[in-house]
Amino acid sequence: MAGWSIHKGKAVSLPQANVDTDQLIPARFMSVPRAEGYGPYLLHDVRRDDAGALRLDFPLNAYPEANVIISRRNFGSGSSREAAVYALVDAGIRALIAPSFGDIFAANAVNNGLLPARVDEAVCKALEAVLETGPNDIRIDIEARTFTLGSISAVFALDDSWATKLINGWDDIDLTYNHGAAIAAFKNIRSQTAPWAWPAMAE
Amino acid sequence: MSAPQTMLDKLWAAHEVLRREDGVSLLWVDRHLVHEGSHHAFAKIKERGLPVAEPELTFAVVDHYAPTRGRAQIADPQIARMIDTLRDNAQAHGLKIYDLSDPRQGIVHVIGPEDGITLPGLLINCGDSHTSTHGAFGALAFGIGATEVAHVLATQTVWQRKPKAMRITVEGTLCAGVTAKDIALSWIAKLGTDGAQGHALEYAGSAIRNLSMEGRMTLCNLSIEGGARFGMIAPDETAFAYLEGRRFAPKRAAWKAACADWSALTSDDGAVFDREVTLDAAEIAPTVTWGTSPEQALPISAAIPDPSQIPPAKAEAARAALDYMGLKPGQTLEGTPVDQAFIGSCTNGRIEDLRAAAAVLKGRKARIPGLISPGSSQVKAQAEAEGLDRVFTDAGLEWVASGCSMCVGMNGDVVGEGKRCASSTNRNFRGRQGRGARTHLMSPAMVAAAAVTGTLTDVRPLLDRRAA
Repeated sequence: MAGWSIHKGKAVSLPQANVDTDQLIPARFMSVPRAEGYGPYLLHDVRRDDAGALRLDFPLNAYPEANVIISRRNFGSGSSREAAVYALVDAGIRALIAPSFGDIFAANAVNNGLLPARVDEAVCKALEAVLETGPNDIRIDIEARTFTLGSISAVFALDDSWATKLINGWDDIDLTYNHGAAIAAFKNIRSQTAPWAWPAMAE
Repeated sequence: MSAPQTMLDKLWAAHEVLRREDGVSLLWVDRHLVHEGSHHAFAKIKERGLPVAEPELTFAVVDHYAPTRGRAQIADPQIARMIDTLRDNAQAHGLKIYDLSDPRQGIVHVIGPEDGITLPGLLINCGDSHTSTHGAFGALAFGIGATEVAHVLATQTVWQRKPKAMRITVEGTLCAGVTAKDIALSWIAKLGTDGAQGHALEYAGSAIRNLSMEGRMTLCNLSIEGGARFGMIAPDETAFAYLEGRRFAPKRAAWKAACADWSALTSDDGAVFDREVTLDAAEIAPTVTWGTSPEQALPISAAIPDPSQIPPAKAEAARAALDYMGLKPGQTLEGTPVDQAFIGSCTNGRIEDLRAAAAVLKGRKARIPGLISPGSSQVKAQAEAEGLDRVFTDAGLEWVASGCSMCVGMNGDVVGEGKRCASSTNRNFRGRQGRGARTHLMSPAMVAAAAVTGTLTDVRPLLDRRAA
């Protein structure tokens, strides 16, 4: 996975709290192999009307060029389905800006190069106001933890280890294999100090 | 003398292989549970040609897509393919699989404890957010995404920054007809669905100690609905009694030694939590959700809230939720007509849940259609031995095989568009139970009451002179 530290793109507002992962991708699409692409399933049901047609008043329908989403608190709450992140990434989304994110979702996002940037509620409100008339240019700098959108320049919060991972595009499995000896030693000690931690044989 | 430790501190230290300079820990994983949805993770390790590091510690379960009817011949090719893919991956990597025909098949968070795969003191991962369920036994159990599942498969470890510690203490006695589900919905309504974000939750207090293991599992299961990835309860005699003799639990001398180790996992007196919340058990009523987020919950006696009367930060969401749910402010929750009922899921599909529902339904007829899917095939067999299945079918409800079923709708069990469902599950999100479905979360006994009256109903009058 390629890392990144600067992103220049278009931001759009999705002014809704608790955008859960069931909304981000309804469960019925999750049996699709990743290679087929998850972009078409992003927010599949909420962006359509009762007849199944795309709602023109839905931000991502009106501005399909958007690649940064500004939303409200608790974005990505709910199920651990990484498919929610796949849908965002495959639809071209690079960053999310919101006051808070679901814990599992945020970890999944970072594992796929998608930035979950946390900002104060007040900053989010101001961004929403700027975006009310349509999308706007945004420049995000992960290293500096800052972004600029219109006249607003603000900082965002991001775990340092996540910033490093996003910038370098690191793969955890390779990193962990470097600790193979430590893991083997740990396993050996645990098998002696906590023998009950291995499944007992059936009697 | 070292500083007093929380249960989280003890469990974390026991699994920490190393800690990087940036504070992130590499943790050893004692049990890894996979299901059909883990196909992305298996594809990732296959792509790189990696083996499963510890097949003996990895268990595969068919649950999310498990048909609850007509298992011999699966009609939907996509569902059949998902199950076949898990079978293929289990076989390729030498994993034990709980397949559809296995008498121990069931929902991963039900059969883990049932078969003694789940034990106190273990670190348990699964690619499912309700993995917090296993914390009811004093395990460090948390849900992970597909990239992390691939990492655990390949290395038997997981990278995590230690969460903050939070304790919810519930003191006193629950009123009749009030359950662990009501405790959970009450605290989530009070603190919000992000109320415990970034924290590991420990539940304590006399009301928690008095819960059965089934109740404790329900409570820990719902931790994630309040934002906490981890929920846990100190292991005690109730936990040991549940686990003793289970298939993969230690036996004889090893069992005694294990119990001694597990008894030391309790948070020390004076241990400091980053956040403490206390609830009075006596104040908790049978609770029902009215909106599209688990925090939108109220006692059954309450009126549906008026968005203009609630804090502005939550008013807009309330307005949108009421619109989706087809409800009007000011109406009482009680008496709202429902179209169908569902009892099951990793939250409330265990034997005690079915007994509570049967106590309400015995000798009564349901006015609406309903589905009852036991949490596991063993729960199903137990319920049938007790005659509970007859109570349900005599009431006019459908008794089917076990799986995640209508909680998430992946197997084709869905709530109709625009239909209102009284449900013993965990999420009332838009479209969770099917496109346009309107979900009201509540305890199994409350679902049974709704089935009997055809409306949202306080179960307590229906329990008069009956054993709950």
